[in-house]
Amino acid sequence: MADIAVVDYGMGNLRSVQQSLRKVAPTASIILTSDPQEVARAGRVIFPGQGAMPDCMREMDERGLRCAVLDAAKNKPFLGICIGLQMLFEHSTEGNITGLGILRGQVVRFASHLLDQQGDKLKIPHMGWNQVHRVAKHPLWQGIAQDARFYFVHSYCVVPQEVAIVQANTDYPTPFVCAVARDNLFAVQFHPEKSQDAGLTLLKNFVAWKP
Amino acid sequence: MLAKRIIPCLDVKAGRVVKGVNFVELRDAGDPIEIARRYDTQGADELIFLDITASSDDRGILFRMIEKVAEQVFIPLTVGGGVRQVADVRNLLNAGADKVSINTSAVLNPQLVADAAGRYGSQCIVVAIDAKQTSAGHWEVFTHGGRNATGLDVVAWAMRMEELGAGEILLTSMDRDGSKIGFDLQLTRAVVDAVEIPLIASGGAGNLQHLVDGIKQGGADAVLAASIFHFGEYTLTQAKQYMAKQGIEVRL
Repeated sequence: MADIAVVDYGMGNLRSVQQSLRKVAPTASIILTSDPQEVARAGRVIFPGQGAMPDCMREMDERGLRCAVLDAAKNKPFLGICIGLQMLFEHSTEGNITGLGILRGQVVRFASHLLDQQGDKLKIPHMGWNQVHRVAKHPLWQGIAQDARFYFVHSYCVVPQEVAIVQANTDYPTPFVCAVARDNLFAVQFHPEKSQDAGLTLLKNFVAWKP
Repeated sequence: MLAKRIIPCLDVKAGRVVKGVNFVELRDAGDPIEIARRYDTQGADELIFLDITASSDDRGILFRMIEKVAEQVFIPLTVGGGVRQVADVRNLLNAGADKVSINTSAVLNPQLVADAAGRYGSQCIVVAIDAKQTSAGHWEVFTHGGRNATGLDVVAWAMRMEELGAGEILLTSMDRDGSKIGFDLQLTRAVVDAVEIPLIASGGAGNLQHLVDGIKQGGADAVLAASIFHFGEYTLTQAKQYMAKQGIEVRL
């Protein structure tokens, strides 16, 4: 039984997730797996995702991972990253796809032709280091400064229906939700595995988290 | 607010970092892993490795180098050079790259950009464009490390690459590369205004004001520099402090 299972459904590069976990939890057993039983047996689960959400949903289902993911999201420390956050919601306008529906709300694209405060156009994808403004307390934020910068790369963002799950917002140019939490579940739009010290601290907190 | 990025670029040949002037005259600049760690500590926002030999013998060396860097450096890593097929993209991602840069092969086979973006997502596909001015307000795309003219207009090409799924453009002015007289701001602005995806300006940064100009006048989302950092003229930290003083949002 692994301490931490990183769910691998063939979408994108999970090596950096694995490397960063090794760095913060050198003694833990960490596996990248597409086997639902290994996910079920793991102590903690990380649910990443890259690319387009419809592809991610399809690849996850083709590997028979849906039940194991739903179960983990209800019962053990669970961290969603990027598309792994978006997939937890009910629906995305990206390919008009139904999500896992663990959290109520939608995933929508950033509006085109937005301008920043200087009047320059905002690019899509939202790519680079942006500030994470916390609106709630949570053990996963321990040791991370308010408004610390994390690395983002995405064109869609989540719009939760329940305000109570919102953990943090980021401005682009207006605030969008970049982190949510409920019980044993935590999920972020940014990439902690690529966010240097702040990201490693968050992962370290996740590894030690006892919800 | 989203920070503008500073990206050191490491040209790699047979496992060493080198830097040329106008695409030739290579000078040895050190061990890639050591340099990557130094830049990471100084606050580099991303790193780009360009394998400038990309011969099959050196490929194994490159993969091992990327693996080592990815074990120690937790910021986005882009790797380019010699990417010819989707399998090359996969191999680089598996070695630890977060993004892959495609240059010559995008011109020879534009479908590669669409296929790679379709398979791995636009977020990891950077299209690198080497541009040379042909007349006032016009630039042509060059390939093979700047040796071959293509007849393609740079602005039109950037738009086509965005359409096919590129997530970012790395735009290098060949006229300015290694010159240290500043980015080609007119070129940068022309492409920035034509696409919606982020753009990295490259070629010509010789001092810190050049980095500011690339962002403020050129409109770039990120600036790339090699020589001014490799040979110790400035540190990344100095560059970021200077930019912050000029009112640019940076990650300090």
